[in-house]
Amino acid sequence: MNWATFYAVISGVNKHSTGIGRIWLSVLFIFRILVLVVAAESVWGDEKSGFTCNTQQPGCNSVCYDHFFPISHIRLWALQLILVSTPALLVAMHVAHRRHVDKRVYRLSGRTNPKELEQIKTQKMKITGALWWTYVISLLFRVVFEVIFMYVFYMIYPGYKMIRLVKCDSYPCPNTVDCFVSRPTEKTVFTVFMLAVSGVCILLNIAEVVFLVVKACSKHLHGVGESTMGAWIQHKLCSF
Amino acid sequence: MSLLCYHTRMSWPLLYAQLFAVNRHSTSLGKVWLSVLFIFRVMVLVVAAESVWGDEQSDFTCNTLQPGCENVCYDQFFPVSHIRLWCLQLVFVSTPTLLVAMHVAYRNHSDKKRLLQGSGRSGFLSNKSQEEELETLKTRRLPIAGALWWTYACSLVFRLLFEGGFMYALYVVYDGFQMPRLVQCDQWPCPNMVDCFISRPTEKTVFTVFMATASSICIVLNMAELAYLVAKAVTRGFRNSSLSRFEPTRGTQKKERGTEVRGGGEARCWLGDDIDFSCDFWSMDLKPIIQHFRKSSFPLFFNDSFIILLPAQNPVQLFEYLQ
Repeated sequence: MNWATFYAVISGVNKHSTGIGRIWLSVLFIFRILVLVVAAESVWGDEKSGFTCNTQQPGCNSVCYDHFFPISHIRLWALQLILVSTPALLVAMHVAHRRHVDKRVYRLSGRTNPKELEQIKTQKMKITGALWWTYVISLLFRVVFEVIFMYVFYMIYPGYKMIRLVKCDSYPCPNTVDCFVSRPTEKTVFTVFMLAVSGVCILLNIAEVVFLVVKACSKHLHGVGESTMGAWIQHKLCSF
Repeated sequence: MSLLCYHTRMSWPLLYAQLFAVNRHSTSLGKVWLSVLFIFRVMVLVVAAESVWGDEQSDFTCNTLQPGCENVCYDQFFPVSHIRLWCLQLVFVSTPTLLVAMHVAYRNHSDKKRLLQGSGRSGFLSNKSQEEELETLKTRRLPIAGALWWTYACSLVFRLLFEGGFMYALYVVYDGFQMPRLVQCDQWPCPNMVDCFISRPTEKTVFTVFMATASSICIVLNMAELAYLVAKAVTRGFRNSSLSRFEPTRGTQKKERGTEVRGGGEARCWLGDDIDFSCDFWSMDLKPIIQHFRKSSFPLFFNDSFIILLPAQNPVQLFEYLQ
């Protein structure tokens, strides 16, 4: 299970997203996951081996590294990307459940044409009713996770900047020693880049929430007078 | 050990494919469990945790120049690495599901055999409908009842045992879920008590706690699934005892496969899981009757059969009763 399989799983949800949702997914995969795998991982690749302290005391390097880097940026980003993508699976589960119910109702109503049943599997679900709520809640969760991780980053690495030199005096370092971080500027560049893309994703998610709310409101306002057979049937089907 | 993990890592997608195939016959909780397993455990292990433990031995430093002391001390404090324990745990925890897959395959095989034998005997059905039957056999979802229920419940119990066992093993071997920064070692050939420093202890603690939490969530899901299955079976057994109220007034006739019943007669259906019906004749006239049955005070239970009086001239084909 690597990023490629994860991509296959998550992009299955793409079919039921809005246009903005698809843009968000592309931004996620191209500007975050791809950049992480292709570029960022090699920048942080030698983070421990290239961390040098001005002492020959064995163990001082390890201890000072652990003190200043409790958890590496790469791991935090990997966790962030996994957690941020997972609410989309809520939507996928809801869609699968709805399809299942639709299929049963179809069969109950007397039509067993396998082609039509297949069609149910592949048709695009409309984001209405309970699915709308699931979708909006998943968007809100995404935003919340993004913000939480940005905050965690800020807490662990204040100012999002990678410092060149840290001073450390944990045991067994004999006194306050200078320790030098490897590739600090490159790391700062990538941190700022990932932060910016994370901000863009938050904006896209908020825009999507606003879009869905506006669409629902306008549908409600325009569609109050009409009560078509189709809508009634849809309502009956949904009540299963 | 590392070779084992390398090979298991190579086949995580294979395992995923296998388990996903069985997913169709799981309950909803089972499907949620599978997603949690693959996204929050396998994926995190492969993508993040393996790089944290990547340099565990090369960066294990002891405060001595004595050759061999580092090797010996590393071996004393890390008999089995976390990563390997987790790989093994995930492999073991996924395997009971294959029991269910085997059972389903066996059922399909025997049903297929019965189908082919039955059609050979009566000679009523054409080849085309037989092919359709075989297709439905392949793609149908088996209800979790009877022997399959026991297999499924056993697989859940095994999963719980393996999860609990591995978590306990990790806790015992590493004295808790926290990774210390410094360990003291005096194994031969170390000259005296030396300080040995572990690389990235905080990051390792974070990931150990994360994996332990994910494992507990999986345990809770499995217990909930087991409780759900037991409750379902108990209520089914409880309701079955009141079946006698449900005997039809007309004499029941067991129809053989492929017999036609002309209109006004009766036909036997059986109720599948939840609201799913398994008789293969349907007409719009029948729907109100079934709705009535469902709303009536007689509860309709899984695998119970009942008589439907056909209201009009509906020729129907009756099929074998499923067990």
